Amino acid sequence: MTSARNDQTDLSRRALLKTAAAGVGAVALGFPAIVRSQPDALRIGHLTPRTGFLGQLGEYGLNAASLAVEETNAAGGVLGRKVELIAEDSVNPGVAVTKVQKLVERDKVLCLLGEISSASALAIAEQANRYKVPYINTGANSDELRGKNCNRFMFHVEGCNTMYTKTIGLWQRSKNLIRGAKWYMLTADYAFGHDLYRVSTRFLTENGGAVLANDMVPTNTADYSAYILKIRQAKPDFVYINLAGTDQTTFLKQYKEYSLPFPLAGGVMDTVPFWAAGLDSLSGHWQSLWYHGLTVPAAQAFTRRFSDKYGKPPDNQAWGDYVGVKILLRAMAETKSTEGAKWVAYFEKGASFDILKGRPGTFRKWDHQLLQEMYVVKVKDKKDARDKWDIFELIQPVPGAKESLELIQPTQKENPCTLA
Amino acid sequence: MPLFVILEHMANGLLVGSYYIVLALGLSLIFSLGGVVNLAHGAFYATGAYLAWEVQRRLGFFGAVALSPLGVALVGVVIERLFLRRLYREDPGLTLLFTFGLAMAAEQSLRLIWGATGLPFGIPEALRGQIFLGDFIYSRYRLAVLAVSAGAVLGSWLLLNKTPFGLIVRAGTRDPEMVRALGIALSPILTAVFALGVGLAGLAGVMSAPLAGVQPAMGTEILTAAFVIVVIGGLGSFWGVVYAGLLVGVVRGLTVLFYPPAAEASMYALMVLVLLVRPRGLMGEKFERFE
Repeated sequence: MTSARNDQTDLSRRALLKTAAAGVGAVALGFPAIVRSQPDALRIGHLTPRTGFLGQLGEYGLNAASLAVEETNAAGGVLGRKVELIAEDSVNPGVAVTKVQKLVERDKVLCLLGEISSASALAIAEQANRYKVPYINTGANSDELRGKNCNRFMFHVEGCNTMYTKTIGLWQRSKNLIRGAKWYMLTADYAFGHDLYRVSTRFLTENGGAVLANDMVPTNTADYSAYILKIRQAKPDFVYINLAGTDQTTFLKQYKEYSLPFPLAGGVMDTVPFWAAGLDSLSGHWQSLWYHGLTVPAAQAFTRRFSDKYGKPPDNQAWGDYVGVKILLRAMAETKSTEGAKWVAYFEKGASFDILKGRPGTFRKWDHQLLQEMYVVKVKDKKDARDKWDIFELIQPVPGAKESLELIQPTQKENPCTLA
Repeated sequence: MPLFVILEHMANGLLVGSYYIVLALGLSLIFSLGGVVNLAHGAFYATGAYLAWEVQRRLGFFGAVALSPLGVALVGVVIERLFLRRLYREDPGLTLLFTFGLAMAAEQSLRLIWGATGLPFGIPEALRGQIFLGDFIYSRYRLAVLAVSAGAVLGSWLLLNKTPFGLIVRAGTRDPEMVRALGIALSPILTAVFALGVGLAGLAGVMSAPLAGVQPAMGTEILTAAFVIVVIGGLGSFWGVVYAGLLVGVVRGLTVLFYPPAAEASMYALMVLVLLVRPRGLMGEKFERFE
């Protein structure tokens, strides 16, 4: 009886495998067919994590990149050709590499854009350099990508960790919150967190503050109560979090749960995890790369178009991918070329771009970082919020209108880069 | 380091462990009776949280605690009747494949319906704030979670040990062939146990929503912890799961205190240790059908 049952199982398993194989085959065959139907389109490869702890940010990025492409096509495309976005989910660095190879070799994309994880961005950048294809990083913060690991074909619309740290740091310093202060830090235990810990500690100690303690926190931590108990016992002047994605949300919520008296700040701020935490869980001053409450007309127009299409305002990640695509398309149009090396030269010559902020942005020649202003924002009172997305009040741009955009940048000495 | 700091972290660990238990208990029940390794357990947990989000907007948080696990159990009944039922007598690999696929489909469905972004889910007004016991601090909400978890554990125990239903379940766990031979239909019991198991997962999801937020990947993230607890406790053992949940909570709490980078790894180290000493887990018994 047993053997009869096994036979049956074997059969059904074989049938299942066949069905599965047929399904996979159909998908594999179907995809290039769509691509082949538009032989003349200019293709941009989009890579970002759409699942996992950064997935919620990735979704915004992809939506915004699609919007940028749609708008361009509606206005007649570039160089008389349509633009096409081919998007892939880069779950981790290994997958990212495979997807780059697929995008470049099979889909023949002209350039790459996206990413949030610093580890994956590094993997993509190495491939981009190998294929001589420009890559615009729209979401990875690690300074090392602009320093030790920089390369000729990688450009950064996203701000680096130092920019985020200095933006909030300069404001804190001006309010006399740093000298003599003791900070308790929680740091995400991977490339991004370590990098952020290094630069935020540097700024803190250079300005007369001290690190009281630092806990390296594994990513995807669901419960912070034990860390919060440690903070309570340590009695710091400031709690400073070097966390990202859902880890940020979870910590913010649980920190509020215990109502500790120590103010909270952090090395980076992404709007999406803050939205997910909700106004009830937020407090204090933070730094923002871009916020939809900006009163610049171009920013408001973008917010309106994005909201009309997706039913919610764009976040800073959406801004990055949108601006990144627009910059690539400008390069195509201005150089009248599909050759990546020509765009690189165009960027390096100091081309200036409208980046939906008070001041235009340019790429810094020696490390390819987009020089731009950032903002100090303050969490709104619940009674002043118009809707669940209206969480911040803009305090001031950093650097100020009359200051050099280099003010928040790492210096060449702090973050040396040699573009090969 | 003062002793009370260590004690505070141990007590907090017990508290954290309590909501793992509810999740792991459901997993253990489903495995014991049907032999199903439910890889979709995390998906039911996430579904519980999302349903709670919907119910809460209409009936408040306490309505969500009551209704959402029922909703999840109902989904469980449908899935068991339509799909799982056909797989009990097949190769166990098939139920693995099915629940694995179900987990992925469920996560993507949550993403499609409610979006990839996390939903803000605050602690209900009535349960905000802290309670101080001497120098110890406790969040009111977490104490409420402890009470609900204890209630769920106790309720499940009574159901399994003091009712005719429980008698059949326990007999079925040991020897399904014999139960059938005695003329008792196991099939409605299997459905009920699956519904109970995923209902517990749903309850754990509701309780964690105000703490950790509601987002599509929440189930995948917590599932591994639930499996580790079931394995440490011993497959099929009710109290094993309870002890293991508390133990994992305490060990994790102390690891955060002394060496935070190993916080998530600590439960795996604990599992390895326990399995080296007791290969069947803490309270694991010898099950002929799984040998």
